Amino acid sequence: MVNPDTLEKSPDNNSGERDWGAALNQPAQSPEEAPSRLSPKQAPPPLKLYEARKAVHNKRIDGPFRRFKWLVMFVTLAIYYTTPWLRWDRGPFAPDQAVLIDLANRRFYMFDIEIWPHEFYFVAGMLIMAGIGLFLITSAVGRAWCGYACPQTVWTDLFQHIDRLFDGDRNARMRLDKAPWGPAKIARRTSKWTVYLLIAMVTGGAWILYFADAPTLFVDFFTGQADFVAYATVAILTGTTFWLGGFMREQVCIYMCPWPRIQAAMLDEKSLIVTYKDWRGEERGSLKKAQKEPERYGDCIDCNQCVAVCPTGIDIREGQQIGCITCALCIDACDKVMADIGRPRGLIDYATLEQCEAESAGAPATPAWKALLRPRTLIYGGVWGAIGLAMLFALGTRTHTDLTVSPDRNPPYMLMKDGSIRNAYTLRLRNMEARPREMEIALAGLPAGAVMWTDTVARNLAAPAQTVDVPANETKIVRAYVVIPEGTQAHEFQFALTSLDEQGERDVEDTTFAMPGDI
Amino acid sequence: MANDRESKPGHSRVDEATGTEFVGHEWDGIEELNTPLPRWWLWTFYATVAWSIVYVVLYPAWPLVNSATEGVLGWSSRGDLETRMAEAELQRQPIFERIAATDLGTLPADSELMRQAVAGGAAAFKQHCVQCHGAGAAGYEQYGYPNLNDDDWIWGGTLSEIEYTLIHGIRWDGSDATRMAYMPAFGEIFDKDQVDALANHVLSLSGKAESSAVGAELYAQNCAACHQANGEGDPVQGAPALNDAIWLYGGDIADVRTQIQAPRHGVMPGWQDRLDPVTIKMLAAYVHSRGGGQETPAAAEPGAEPSPEEVAVSAQAGDDGQS
Repeated sequence: MVNPDTLEKSPDNNSGERDWGAALNQPAQSPEEAPSRLSPKQAPPPLKLYEARKAVHNKRIDGPFRRFKWLVMFVTLAIYYTTPWLRWDRGPFAPDQAVLIDLANRRFYMFDIEIWPHEFYFVAGMLIMAGIGLFLITSAVGRAWCGYACPQTVWTDLFQHIDRLFDGDRNARMRLDKAPWGPAKIARRTSKWTVYLLIAMVTGGAWILYFADAPTLFVDFFTGQADFVAYATVAILTGTTFWLGGFMREQVCIYMCPWPRIQAAMLDEKSLIVTYKDWRGEERGSLKKAQKEPERYGDCIDCNQCVAVCPTGIDIREGQQIGCITCALCIDACDKVMADIGRPRGLIDYATLEQCEAESAGAPATPAWKALLRPRTLIYGGVWGAIGLAMLFALGTRTHTDLTVSPDRNPPYMLMKDGSIRNAYTLRLRNMEARPREMEIALAGLPAGAVMWTDTVARNLAAPAQTVDVPANETKIVRAYVVIPEGTQAHEFQFALTSLDEQGERDVEDTTFAMPGDI
Repeated sequence: MANDRESKPGHSRVDEATGTEFVGHEWDGIEELNTPLPRWWLWTFYATVAWSIVYVVLYPAWPLVNSATEGVLGWSSRGDLETRMAEAELQRQPIFERIAATDLGTLPADSELMRQAVAGGAAAFKQHCVQCHGAGAAGYEQYGYPNLNDDDWIWGGTLSEIEYTLIHGIRWDGSDATRMAYMPAFGEIFDKDQVDALANHVLSLSGKAESSAVGAELYAQNCAACHQANGEGDPVQGAPALNDAIWLYGGDIADVRTQIQAPRHGVMPGWQDRLDPVTIKMLAAYVHSRGGGQETPAAAEPGAEPSPEEVAVSAQAGDDGQS
């Protein structure tokens, strides 16, 4: 299908190489001339202190990794754009949006799970899982996040497909780049950038739908009734998507993102990386040359397809580098060429440094998956799974009734006319069900004759227990006054909150009763 | 790569290990490599410079000797605060108007409005009252500042009685209608034994000491007119109850003796000239809500004689910031 000779002579050759140091663009001085470099007579060469971006025009490629990338792209984009529109019935007292971050009311809804602010440890746990998940993924499959799932990668990929749709594949795009500005080029660029902008607006627009009822906000947004912060957020995210996805692209990974640095530090010799097997490829030479001198030349025919398809424009054959997001498109490209010329696949392949060393020493190639199972990944996986299970358990067994008690500290106690001692408490009764509930708040562990009343129950109705109506999905604040008779003593006691429904949920809180001698 | 480059003709040298060009600066053999910045970075820098110029023109920026440049927008943080305070004031206005229009006696019936009044009162209390009555409204026994949390009221503990006290004060020169009561000093009238007997009788009213015939007679002749025969006091005259557990100036025999010989009389200023009627109403609601407020008699059930506990009915109270 592909003629290796044309590949070799293709205009792609060398033109796709990126120079990571601008110095490489400068003509080099030969070592012999070095001693004279500081001579004042010699005019110093102009230094390039700033470097313009070299556009990346990556070539279309098909293969298993490209198909996997398509799949991840469709799944992640579908999740991002459609999730706010999913509905989830929670009854009349709670929103019916499946995933909703309700900042105004301080609730986080995710399908059947509702997180209250005091349960923020679930979110902390999820962040810890995300952190350990990063360790796990990175130690096992290297920078897979960068290569497949990172939003910057996904949107860059999307915009690169838009480029291809409007301007054609690599060579056509390079020609168009070089072409002088004329009506045709202006028309092409304008229409392409309009599509960029539309995608960016949809992206920014979808974001705000996670924070309010999506259909309502959607209508409000287009009728000008939405909050200023909604328009500002959409404007900012549209701008960043347009700029970062449409124009900055791989420069975000190389210059802005701390992730590649962090991940590079977490890789070890047993982590999968995308690597060029130089012991098999070198010395590079065309098919014709190899036919003449088979012993001299390796498998790499220097066709530069790996460079042409790279979305960050690097040459993987230079070894590991910060610009490699391990998207594995070069593997697809190289495998295809190897198949065409009848050499075994995997000249560029996922491999660990350890496997590379063994292989270069003559051992047979090891399947990549064997690198996944080793103590480090298993321990990360175990810890990750244990935290997940613990959170699921906590989530499944949590009650939807909660009580917190804060005793008044000033004054700590109050002497009443009849010599009895009164303490005052602020109780927070949480009803985490989406329906109003009747709850009983009772005293436990106080001497006989101890009674309580509240700000809504008069003192002449004081009793050891009171019933309170707590509205749906709310925290009701109740001020409780507790009195013990003259001559009795009390220190530690409990408030017991019981929901008066078939659930009979209970929460008991320890608190203290302050006496005149205590302070 | 590096080898490629070095073979090319040119003037600058390239570091072999990194393939990066030397700048040409050298310090004791340590040389500087040239790693060019991306050009967009430079443009970003220029953009921040441009932004700073715009900012300096629009907003206060350069400090001068006594002030600073004001900026063409005229924005200032003080002005911003004033705007926001005015906005908050405007938001509170309807609630103030409703409180002003509501009779104090019926305020507790509107629990939402009562909650607002208590919250407003709590804020005003922190500004005007805590200096004497304390942040928790518990008073200071050693100075004779009364505790407002309990159910003992010298001048009455209904909402309207508290409001009256707030408006006119106690023994305050500024109002003709101020609450006025003076207890005579008996230090030069009674001898030491008589004072002892009387003090013991006073304490016996709450079961803290043994009474005597002398003490009972002295009490009946000199004290019962105001403090009542059983010592329950009289809020109308401002005579404190002597038969309960609460003592404004201390409940030891020595404290009681001192008070008989040379009574102390606390003064509370009236607030009619300094606070608006709505704030006074809200303060009354707050003090009433501290747990000892008494129900307005009209709202109490007529006929049946209520027990002391039943009279002192707690009122509505919201979250008063004490938690």
